[in-house]
Order: sequence, then C-alpha cells, then structure tokens
Amino acid sequence: MSALLEVTSISVSFDGFKAINNLSFEIGGQELRAIIGPNGAGKTTFMDIVTGKTRPDEGRVRFGEPQLDLLRLSESQIARAGVGRKFQRPTVFEAQSVRDNLTMALSNDRLPFAVLGYKANKEDGARVAALADEIGLSEELDRTAGELSHGQKQWLEIGMLLAQDPQLLLVDEPAAGMTLGEREHTTDLLRRAAETRAVVVVEHDMEFVRRLDCKVTVLHEGSVLAEGSLDHVTANSDVIDVYLGR
Amino acid sequence: MPRIFYLLIAVVIALAPAYAQDADLNSLLETHQAKIEKPSRRTIGPVLDALVASQLPGVAVFLEKWREKDLWQRKADGRFFFVEKADGGQLMLIDVGSGAEAGLADKKDLKNLKPNSGVRGVIAGALVQFQLSDPDPERRLQALTALERDPDASHLSILRAAIESETDPAIKARKERLQRLLTIQFGSDQQTRVAAIESFAGDPGVDARAALNPLLSTSVAVFNEKPDEDVNVARLLVPGSDIETEAAYQLLVDAGKARPIVPLDARKAALVENIENGMVAGIPVAELVTQSARDRAYLALAADGTVPPLVTKEEQRAALADHVFAEVYAEPDQVLTTAARETLANISGTVGFYQFVDLALDGLSLASIYFLAAIGLAITFGVMGVINMAHGEFIMIGAYTGYVVQQYIPNYTVSIIVALPLAFAVAFLAGVALERLVIRYLAHRPLETLLATFGVSIALQQIAKNIFGTQARPLTSPSWLDGAWVLNDVVSISYIRIAIFVLALAFLGLLLFVLNKTRLGLEVRAVTQNPRMASSMGINPDRINMLTFGLGSGIAGIAGVAIGLFAKVTSELGSGYIVQSFMTVVVGGVGNIWGTLAGAGMIGSLQKVIEFFNPSNTLAAQTYMIIFIIIFIQFRPKGIIALKGRAAGD
Amino acid sequence: MERSLFARQPSVLIFIALLAVFTIVMVILSEGFGLGLVSTSTIKILGKTLCLCLVAIAMDLVWGYCGILSLGHFAFFGLGGYMIGMWLMYERTKDIVIASLAGGELPPTSEEVREAIGSQIFGVVGGSDIPAIWYFADSLYAQLALVVLVPGLLALVFGWLAFRSRVTGVYLSILTQAMTLALSLYLFQNDSGLRGNNGLSGLQNIPGLTEVPQSVVSVWFFLASALALGLGYVVAAWVVSGKFGNVIRAIRDDEARIRFMGYPVEAYKLVVFTLTAVIAAIAGALYYPQAGIINPAEIAPIASIYLAVWVAIGGRGRLYGAVIGAATVSLLSSWFTGGQVPSIPLGFYTVNWVDWWQVLLGLGFVLVTLFAPKGIGGLFDRLVRKDAAS
Repeated sequence: MSALLEVTSISVSFDGFKAINNLSFEIGGQELRAIIGPNGAGKTTFMDIVTGKTRPDEGRVRFGEPQLDLLRLSESQIARAGVGRKFQRPTVFEAQSVRDNLTMALSNDRLPFAVLGYKANKEDGARVAALADEIGLSEELDRTAGELSHGQKQWLEIGMLLAQDPQLLLVDEPAAGMTLGEREHTTDLLRRAAETRAVVVVEHDMEFVRRLDCKVTVLHEGSVLAEGSLDHVTANSDVIDVYLGR
Repeated sequence: MPRIFYLLIAVVIALAPAYAQDADLNSLLETHQAKIEKPSRRTIGPVLDALVASQLPGVAVFLEKWREKDLWQRKADGRFFFVEKADGGQLMLIDVGSGAEAGLADKKDLKNLKPNSGVRGVIAGALVQFQLSDPDPERRLQALTALERDPDASHLSILRAAIESETDPAIKARKERLQRLLTIQFGSDQQTRVAAIESFAGDPGVDARAALNPLLSTSVAVFNEKPDEDVNVARLLVPGSDIETEAAYQLLVDAGKARPIVPLDARKAALVENIENGMVAGIPVAELVTQSARDRAYLALAADGTVPPLVTKEEQRAALADHVFAEVYAEPDQVLTTAARETLANISGTVGFYQFVDLALDGLSLASIYFLAAIGLAITFGVMGVINMAHGEFIMIGAYTGYVVQQYIPNYTVSIIVALPLAFAVAFLAGVALERLVIRYLAHRPLETLLATFGVSIALQQIAKNIFGTQARPLTSPSWLDGAWVLNDVVSISYIRIAIFVLALAFLGLLLFVLNKTRLGLEVRAVTQNPRMASSMGINPDRINMLTFGLGSGIAGIAGVAIGLFAKVTSELGSGYIVQSFMTVVVGGVGNIWGTLAGAGMIGSLQKVIEFFNPSNTLAAQTYMIIFIIIFIQFRPKGIIALKGRAAGD
Repeated sequence: MERSLFARQPSVLIFIALLAVFTIVMVILSEGFGLGLVSTSTIKILGKTLCLCLVAIAMDLVWGYCGILSLGHFAFFGLGGYMIGMWLMYERTKDIVIASLAGGELPPTSEEVREAIGSQIFGVVGGSDIPAIWYFADSLYAQLALVVLVPGLLALVFGWLAFRSRVTGVYLSILTQAMTLALSLYLFQNDSGLRGNNGLSGLQNIPGLTEVPQSVVSVWFFLASALALGLGYVVAAWVVSGKFGNVIRAIRDDEARIRFMGYPVEAYKLVVFTLTAVIAAIAGALYYPQAGIINPAEIAPIASIYLAVWVAIGGRGRLYGAVIGAATVSLLSSWFTGGQVPSIPLGFYTVNWVDWWQVLLGLGFVLVTLFAPKGIGGLFDRLVRKDAAS
C-alpha cells in the first residue's frame, strides 16, 4: 500500500534561517501520528507547507490516490482535495451559530455560484445533527459560536474538520488550554477519526501524546530526528539530548 | 554717458601718435556729409564701409554717438560735433576727431541728428566690430549677445579678427564658438563650413542645433521623372506610405500637373444650385440622404456638362504614378547637408544622454518630495499598522505654519529657518493629539482607524478653508533659492528642488540615526516587530505609539513647508499628495525606511519617465502610473523591500 | 428546514412596506401626478437619495458583509452614470441636430448628421470626431447593457488582479482608492472621449420625450429609483441570508480559516466585488439623469470615502443600516449646505453652517467610529433586543 501523504526532502528558509531542512515524511491511509519537537523545530512550518500556506524552496509533496502534487495547488484546492487543518488557536466563526459553522464545513460544492444556489436539505440537516452529537454540541446548535467555552470551540472546530470529511487531518496542539475531562474527550475524538482517515497531531504535551498511543515523529531543527513508538523515541539518546539539553 | 566720455579720452590718449590724422576724420565726414545728414537704410552702407575702412581711431566713438542721437551739426558750415552742456544755455562743442573743446555755440545754431531706428540698427552692426574689441569685457559680452541674436554674413570676418586679441579666456571661447556657428551659416567655402559643422559633434547646446537645423530644412517637390544629380534630395516619397495620397495629389494640382478634385462641400453646393422642381438631375431631393445617392446625382449633372466632372480614383492614381515626389533640401550642397545630418545625429546621441541625466535629476527631486511626504506615513503604518488619512492635512498644517510665520517675519531666509522647526512642532502636537484622542481607542481595527482619520481629515481641511479662505496663499522662498543650477542647455535643476533633496537626505540620515542608534529607535523597532513581546520587556507601547505618530506627523509638517515653497498653499495641498504617499508606502514595503526610499524613488522616476514620453499630459501620466502600480503589486504584493518569514505573516 | 427569505430577514418586509408607503405618498403629493405639495426639485432630491441608498447597500454588501473596504465603488456608480449619459446626450443632440439641419436645401446625410453631432458634443474639448467608445451611443439597449458590462468588467479585472495577489485590509482599500483616482484623472483629460472636465450634461432631458414636463419625468425616475432600491434590497438580503452570506461573513471574520476549509476565498470576493459594482452602476445610471450632469469630479476618491462614511454611520453589516446612513447623511448634507440652517451667532464669531457642516460631519463621524461602531443601525438593534427581552 502506498502512503497517503508523501513528503520528500523538502527545505525552506526564511531570510537565511532554515526552518525545514531536507525533511521527509510519510503517512498511510488510516493512521494516527503525533509529531513532537521543541520550539522552532519546524512543526508549524511543516503543516504550512502541506496545507499550501508556505511554498518550500525544494522537495516534493504528493498526496492521495491518484497522486496529486500539492505544491501546484492553492490552499483552498488542497483543502478540497481532502486535507483538513486545525489551527493552534481555536478559530470558529464566532458571529455565526454552531449550526451555520457546521453547515459551511459540510463537504458540499464550495464554488460561489453553487453556494449561492444552496438550499438547506434533510440529508445535510441530519449530517449536522450527527456531527453535533459526536462532538457533544447537540444542545448548542443554535447558539452563537462566540458564546461557547474554550473547549467547546475546540470541539466545534474538530467537528467542522470532520464535516469536511478529509482524508488527512492535521491538528495543531488540540489539547492546549483544556481541562482534564476535555482532554479525554478530545483524545477519543481524534482516535475515532483516525479509524477512517489519516490524522497528524502536533503536540507539546507528552502526557497527551502518550494517551493517543500512536507512532511518534520527533522533529528537530527542521528534520526528522527519530520515529517510532513513544517509548522507542524517548529512549533515543539524540531525543534526550534535544529535550534535556535545551 | 560718462563712460563713453572716459573711453573717448582713453582712446585719444592711447592713440596719441596718430593725432595728426585727426583732421582726416572730419574731412572724411565732410565727403559724406549729405548722406550723414539725411541717412537712409539703403544709402548708409557705403558711408559706414568707408568710415570703418579708414581705421581712424575716432570712428567707434563717432558711430556710438551718432547711434545714440548725440551727434550735432553746425548749421553754418555743416561740421559735425559732439556737445556738452555749458553755462547760459549754451552748448560746448567737442571736436569729433580730437575730442578737444571747440568753443561754445547757441543751441539754435546747431542741429541734432536723429537717425531713424533702421539706420541706427545698421550703425549698430558696424559698431559691433569696435565693441567686440572694447576694453570693457561687459561690452564685449553685450556685443556677442547682440551678434548671437541677429547674425549677419558681414560679422564673420569682424568676429574672426576680434578673436586673436581677446584676453579673457571665457569670452574668447564664446567668440570662437560664435565664429564657428557663423561659419556654418555664412562660411565662404565648403571645406571650412564642413569643418565648422563637424566641430559641433556631441555638443548639446541649443545654438548648435539651431544653426544646423536650417541646413536640413526640406520641402516636398514634384518631379516628372527621377530628379537630376544637382538636386539635393533628402529622400524620395512614395504616395500612400511616406506622404498621404490626398496631399500628394494636391501637390500635383498646385504644380498645375493635374486637375483639381471637386471637394465634398463644392459638390453639395453644385447639387443645391441645380435643384429643379424638387429634383436634381432627375433624382428627387428627398432621396439624397446618402452620400452615394448624392454622388449619383452629381455624376449625372457632370455627364450633362453642367458641373465639372469628378476626378476618378483611377485618374488620381495614374497621375501619382506618373510623377516622382521627393523631399528636397533647401541647401543645394550635398556635402554640407550630409555633414549636418551626421553631426546632428551625433548631437542627438549626446542630447539623449543629457536628457536622461536631466530626467534622472527630475525623478530624484520628485522622489525626495514623495519621500518627505510619505516617510511619516510609512513610520506610523509600520509601527502601528495604522493608515492615517489625515496625513495630508498634517502636510497642509506645515505649509500654513510656514505661511503664518512669513506674516510675522518678513525676512524670507529667517522665516524659513524658523518655519521648519515650528512646522515640525505644530504637526507633531497635532499628531500626538490625534493619537491620544482617537487612534489609541481604535487599536487593532485598522479599517476603522482609516475611516476615523478620514473624518479628521475632512474636518481639518474645512477648518483650514474657514480660517485661510479658499484662495492660495504664497509661501515665498528666500532669493538665494531662486534660479537654477544649469549644466548645459539640456540639464538644469532649480535650487529649490536641490534644497528639498538635501532636506530629504537630511531626514533620511536623521531617521536612520534615530531608529538605529538611539534607545527610542530600539524600542520603536521592537514594537514594530513584535508589540506583545516588546511590552512584556518593559517597553511602553503607548508611549512609543504616541512618539512615532508625533514624529511621523512632524515630518509631514516639514514636507508641507518644502512643498509650499514651490506649490501654492491651499487647504487641498495635502490631499494632492496623499494618494502618491500611500502608493509610495505600498510599493516600497511596510516598516522599513529603505523601502519607503525605494518606493519614492520608483514612483518619482516612473512618473517623470511617463511624463517624458507624454509631456503634454500629466493627468495621463498619473493614470498610467497608478495602473502600473496596480500591476506591480501583482508581482510584489508586499512591496519592493518585503519582510520575510513568520513575522511577516498575518 | 428551509425558511423563506422574509422569515430569515424580517427587515425585508418592513423595509419594502415602508418604501412602498413612502413612494406612494410622495407620488400623491408630487407636482407631476398629484396634489403639487411636493416640488419637482424635492422629488428629484428624494429620487437621487434613493439611488444613493442603493449604492450604499452595495457598499454594505462588499464592506459590511464581506469585509472589503472598497474605496472605489463610487467610481462604478459614476461609470454607470456615464454609460447612460452617453445615450441621453447623443440622442438628444441628434434630435437637435436633425431639427436644425432640416432647414437646408438638401436633406442631411447620416455622415453630416454624425459630423454635426460630433462638433456639437465635442466642440467644447476642441474635437469634432465621435470617439470609438461612442459606437453604441445611439442604441438605448446597448448603452443599458454597457451600464452593467463596463463597470462589471472593470470590477472583474481589477478584483481579479487585486484578490489574486492576496492584497487585503488597508492595502486593498488604498489600491481601490488608487483605481478611483486613476479613473477620475483619466476622465479629466480632454481626449478621454468623455468631454474631459465638462462631463456630460443635459441628462435630465429624455430624448424623444421633450414634450413631457420635468415634473412628470422626475416622478418616473423617482418611481424607478424606488423600484431599483426595493429590488436591490431584496437581492442583497437574499445573498446575505443564505449559506453564501455565511461564507462571506466568514471571509470577513477569518479569511485564512475559511480558505483552509476549502472555500476559494478569492472567487467569493470577486463575485461580491463585481456584483456590488454592478448594483452601484445601476444606481448611478438612475441617479445622473435626475442630477442632469456628470463630470469626473463626481468620481474623485473622496466620493467613495463618503460612501463608506454613510455606511459606517448607518451601521454596517445590516442592510437597513446602509439605507439609513445614506439617506440621513446625504439629506442632512444638502440641508446644511443649502443654506437653510440658521447660523449661530457666538458674538465674536458667527457659525455659518455652509462653512462648518463639513467640520461637523467629519468630527461627528469620528465620534460615531469611537462610540457607536455599529452606527445608527446598532441603536436599532439594541431597541429591538430590549423589546424581545421584556
């Protein structure tokens, strides 16, 4: 089986600073993967490159079956090809209701004139209800998103990503600022999501990563330092140097 | 005329050995007495020639006096004298030849000779040769100027003769130059003229081109066959491509080689004349609503012989084919025209170079104005992310400050020296007030800030209008800024623009110093790059914002004084510059002095270049420039000098 | 699940009802059709105000909903006016020219008519040839199409260039302002083909309807303006109330986020920008026949900024806010600058409102931005919510 996402020796530098240095990365179709690494290791830049926000100076990014060259696509085209991204800061549309937020995220035609002619229908309503149920926001459907708690916004955002039905989900620090209970719920959501698609979680919090119980990739100074189970990588002397030595 | 008098004495003393000849001038005058008494343009020539040919020392003074209507004649014997006022209403006679006093005379016994202006012109021409060798360099220059303005073939030899003795190197160079110019026009033989022509290769002077161009003047001529060798043909013209067929045919008509075409309105008049019972040649008038119907009616009339027949296209074509059209030089000598053409081509290369230099200077000067106008905007935009629509009004405030200062300090130099810092202070305070009262409440809402400052802008503009009225107020520059630095006939730049350039340079240096070498600059840069981090490090962003806003506004005030010096001060002064300032910031890139400099340089020179190609139309130049900028933004959305990396992201 | 437009946007019904009542009352009171209590000039002012309300709705759509602070929409308004003005001026001049040429011995040919029209219209800028852009000027339908096409195409091309290069925020505002400036400077030239700073005039005379009095024509245009405003309001309400509206508000609030959801943000912006440009152009095409004259000064950048001011004062992000803002400020402005407002003697100085209105407007606008960012419409919302709460 070929990988879903194949990143091959990409490099990018900003004003001489090499943020990503000859990095290669692969993930299969239904896999949960955690990316860890110290500040400035290039985690966010890596996600920026996959989602089209930043163009690498060199390297290849291939995705899906048949393979698409993501470097030739715009952000919105990449998203429509099946890559979903959750930002570090919860970003939901606070002025709009939870229902509107989810409806916008549903994987329907996204071109302007199709949207202009869009009519709400039963199936979409049912999908929104099911998603709301999954993220535990059924009661809050008609509330304005801005009124939700921090954790609820995170879930809403994950729900919106699920509504997009992406093949690859990139999640940036989902646990930041969450209570313990909220974290457990989030872990469940992500693991369930990984049953049908690839999920990449960038996380700082080792405890959270351990709970995800998945393969881990360690980034350092823009390249892959180690890869394997959490126990395997934490035993790696390089990783220990990097984490303890900083 | 004391100067002439001294001159006279000087001449007399210098030529003392020739004293014996003095009598000769009087006798020479006597021989021409009749013509001197009643001179006319036509008859005066030989007299002057004789006088000049005599080489007598008193001739120059005599001619001078004569031209200035200071020559008198004694009625009794017809002798000529100069006079001086003496006591008792009498005049003291001065001998023309020796300059000695020759007794008193009553005014009624004398006749003042007043030649008309035509004669005086001819005399002046004869005088030139004396003036060209006049001991006073001022007068030699005047004579040269007179020659340059109104050259004549006869001057050439005079001028040549006057070069050798010239001691002043500048005047000598000018004489030599004029001599070469005159040689081009009046030189006796081909060889010297060609040499003179070629000596001007690469000379950007307007006078050189003015002397060469007439040699190349052409006219279009018609020939029955290929013109002879002795006709100096510039080029052959093919009707339809080099010359309009209508014009070519008209030439044939004018030369009597073809029948004239009946023009449209003549045909219409002919139709009107031949209306009979509402019909023209059997066609009802009401049907003559198209040109082809009218043509048909006319042809019918022509067939009857009532009106002259039309010249058909075929006839015209045949006539054109039968003849040769050519541009012919007025100057018959082919060697001369070739030399002139080649030299002019050479000159145009030099002129092109100097035009480029001139354009670059113009662009530089405009760029420094834009830099001064925009740098304040760029600073506030860079540090605070705020677009200040009232920036133009701060420029206006600066200009009006300069105007008010001049009302109290009449000395322009002092008033400008006072106005510059005062304009800075006033605009600085206005900027701080705006920041404290409005902008800080709109932090992180750039679009609201833009609109609120627009509100301030219209209020300020109207207040200025209410105080100072709608008419333009003058801001006068000191006299040492009048005039221009002139390199040659192509390159010149006014001192005001140089002063503004220096001012812009000074502010560039000052800002670089403040931002890079001072504590304030360090804090400003910190806030620009990361406001949150800066404030956590103990920098008070509020204070920084206030100071940078004040600084930006203050520089706008200075720019106002500078702009006011060459533009009229009105309440709309600032708004005329605001969009260009925005463009400068956008094109240059935000948060960087060098970016603003690059933006100002690019917009300034671009505008000048477009104006150069389309000189009649500054409006179109600005239109094209803005379109260019919109396209430029496509390729460099973050400006010429863009910050890269994560900090530059959203 | 799907609710009707009126249920989603209750303001639509109220607005249409108020507009209808207002229009009918004014027609009844007008000189042209009714009691003659409202003068023809007042009807014209009201008709023009309705057009300004329509362009304000367009501005609200593009700025209030989609977050693009365009400082160029009055340029589209003016272009719409120019397009219809070309037909009005050409046809009217043609009528006059034919009448005057009819006196000659020979009936005029079409070339002669064209030449006379050319020198009649362009003599003032020293020309007599009819420029190529007037090719369709003799056809009402073609010019009506151009009313939509020319501003629409300009918006499409400009928007495509600007959005494609991801110019946003104040940058975009400045770029739109530059576009407006470029257009007005271009039109100021004598060889622009649109009579330079003379502009187009005599537009209040409708070709072929010279015997209809202005009092009647003014009521026709008033009605047409009201109809256009009503339709524009409904269209705008329809656009903003559905999923499309949600998406463009999402673009306004967080452009990057909605882009990563797979929405082609640039395409949406382009649709909104072009659609609103067309609405603005239609408003302009109705406005200038009532104003009678259009010249490049109308398109100057400041006009577009005023448009933003109206919408901001009225309250952006709500359609009725735009209408309220445009109507209030433009009517107040003509009231104050008309000289009818009594001056205030302060003893040492007399405040003459013709001179001080701009100052009042400018400072008032600053105050609104500072203290009532939601504008007058925001006050409405507060009242309505209070009602709902009690």
